[in-house]
Amino acid sequence: MIPEALKDHPVTAALDASLPEAITGGHSEHNEPTLFVASAQIVAVCRYLKREQGFVRLSAVTAVDWYPADPRFEVVYLLHSLEKHTRLRLKCWVSESDAEIDSVCEVWRAANWYEREVFDLFGIRFRNHPDLRRILMPTDWEGHPLRKDYPVHGHKYSYGEES
Amino acid sequence: MRETETHTDTITAEAAEQTVHEPPTPTAAARRMTLNMGPQHPSTHGVLRIVLELDGETIITAIPDIGFLHTGIEKECEVKTWQQAVTLTDRVDYLANLSNNLVYALAVEKLIGDIEIPPKAQWMRVMLAELSRLNSHLVWLGTHALDIGAMTVFFYCFREREDILRIFEMFSGQRMMTSYIRIGGLALEPPRGWQDRVGKFINAFPSKVDEYEELLDANPIWKRRTQGVGFCPLEDLLDLGVTGPMIRAAGVAWDVRKNEPYSSYDKFDFEICTRTENDVYARYRVRLGEMRQSARIIKQALAGMPEGAWQADSPKIVLPEREKMKTQMEALIHHFKIVTEGFRVPAGEAYQVVESPRGEIGYYVVSNGTSKPYRVYMRTPSFGNLQALPALLEGRLLADSIASLGSMDFVLGDTDR
Repeated sequence: MIPEALKDHPVTAALDASLPEAITGGHSEHNEPTLFVASAQIVAVCRYLKREQGFVRLSAVTAVDWYPADPRFEVVYLLHSLEKHTRLRLKCWVSESDAEIDSVCEVWRAANWYEREVFDLFGIRFRNHPDLRRILMPTDWEGHPLRKDYPVHGHKYSYGEES
Repeated sequence: MRETETHTDTITAEAAEQTVHEPPTPTAAARRMTLNMGPQHPSTHGVLRIVLELDGETIITAIPDIGFLHTGIEKECEVKTWQQAVTLTDRVDYLANLSNNLVYALAVEKLIGDIEIPPKAQWMRVMLAELSRLNSHLVWLGTHALDIGAMTVFFYCFREREDILRIFEMFSGQRMMTSYIRIGGLALEPPRGWQDRVGKFINAFPSKVDEYEELLDANPIWKRRTQGVGFCPLEDLLDLGVTGPMIRAAGVAWDVRKNEPYSSYDKFDFEICTRTENDVYARYRVRLGEMRQSARIIKQALAGMPEGAWQADSPKIVLPEREKMKTQMEALIHHFKIVTEGFRVPAGEAYQVVESPRGEIGYYVVSNGTSKPYRVYMRTPSFGNLQALPALLEGRLLADSIASLGSMDFVLGDTDR
């Protein structure tokens, strides 16, 4: 389903023709095209966009936690085409009970660290990731700091209660 | 690396005895050695740890370990008001504070939508961002040359950097954590006499760049240590997410300032510096060229600085003038609201990109309509570039690793956030 706002966007139409059912919605706020992608199709969509539409660069992968909504997490992919100097944003929804999505490392090697970061800070797991370890927090850290139910202050390493 | 550590812990006494008594054999495996470089190695420019597996002097694998400087800036942004979070963006990349201020301000202004930044503020932002670029490139050139063994350049670079920091201090009261670019314009009115100060500096600066060039390019050791070192195919660099001068040294004329202009960069006349050799030397030449181009931009900004307001005319976002607060009720109310509660930003999301000295810096900002950011994601160039480190080091000599590492110009605060 192509969203109304992106009907004239050339990439969207081509993507929808080649991978029907993959796009579930989208918008174009502030002239930044954003597509909602079915989680199961993310690797196929990314591969298509890289090979056929020239999105050779993956700028970043990140996530937003919409706690307590369900599905809770939004995984965001920021794509960039060097030829046309256009950007595209992909979004997948991931629920808390099954916080897993396929890794796009096989499409762009750049995804490796970004997905590790999302895993580290949000606790979303990436299937088929070559090396899914924590990257910013210590390896023995408990919890995922960027989740909304994780406190900003008062975690176990707080110095306030020292006697 | 951590896995091997646990393995050694669990080795039984019997197994340990066996390894000790085995006669040394000159096989490839026995020649291998694991070397832990950092996190307090001077040439890693901060707290970067690299686990190197060596065969003699050749690096077999290099595994970067980051996160030592992770301070949770993105998390902290979520409990500050929109304007307060500006002070956190300074601390991300402490060599290009104003670039970070700028990208955050632009992203939030995009979300607000209904706000117009006056030309003077836009030009000031350009000028200050370019001064930041000079500042960052000077620190890079000085320390990079120092790593390779050229001591003098370091002092020369820091001499000029000091002038730039004094200019920042003049504008904002701070040498490094400036927070001078705010949502809606600038933090303070540009100080009296700034034109003379910046003019004096920028007129002398191009000859200083010639000086560095002469010092290094006339030095055969510098050339031998940088030319042909640190090569990595362009496809790999792009696939690994590298941006900025490293990509331009591989022949791609991509610069956000030109290709997706922001803050009236399209009104300035400058060139994108590129090289094709794609080695440490090419990256040095590109940055040297960028310093000259930045000087050009600053001169143009100085000559054509528009007159007028330095803050947007949005009383609900920008603090009122002190004088108006004493005479106008609305101004007093606005002041009270902004200071106690902050302003609300319409719900939505925006991704803003800026060319920082290190490459593409992008802030992905999400608002849920309240007076605090819901999520601020910082796509920092150092994080993206550092991921290509193994590709630059593996299969090369250990001695070249320092030159390759320095040529990437990463800031660990920027990597770990």
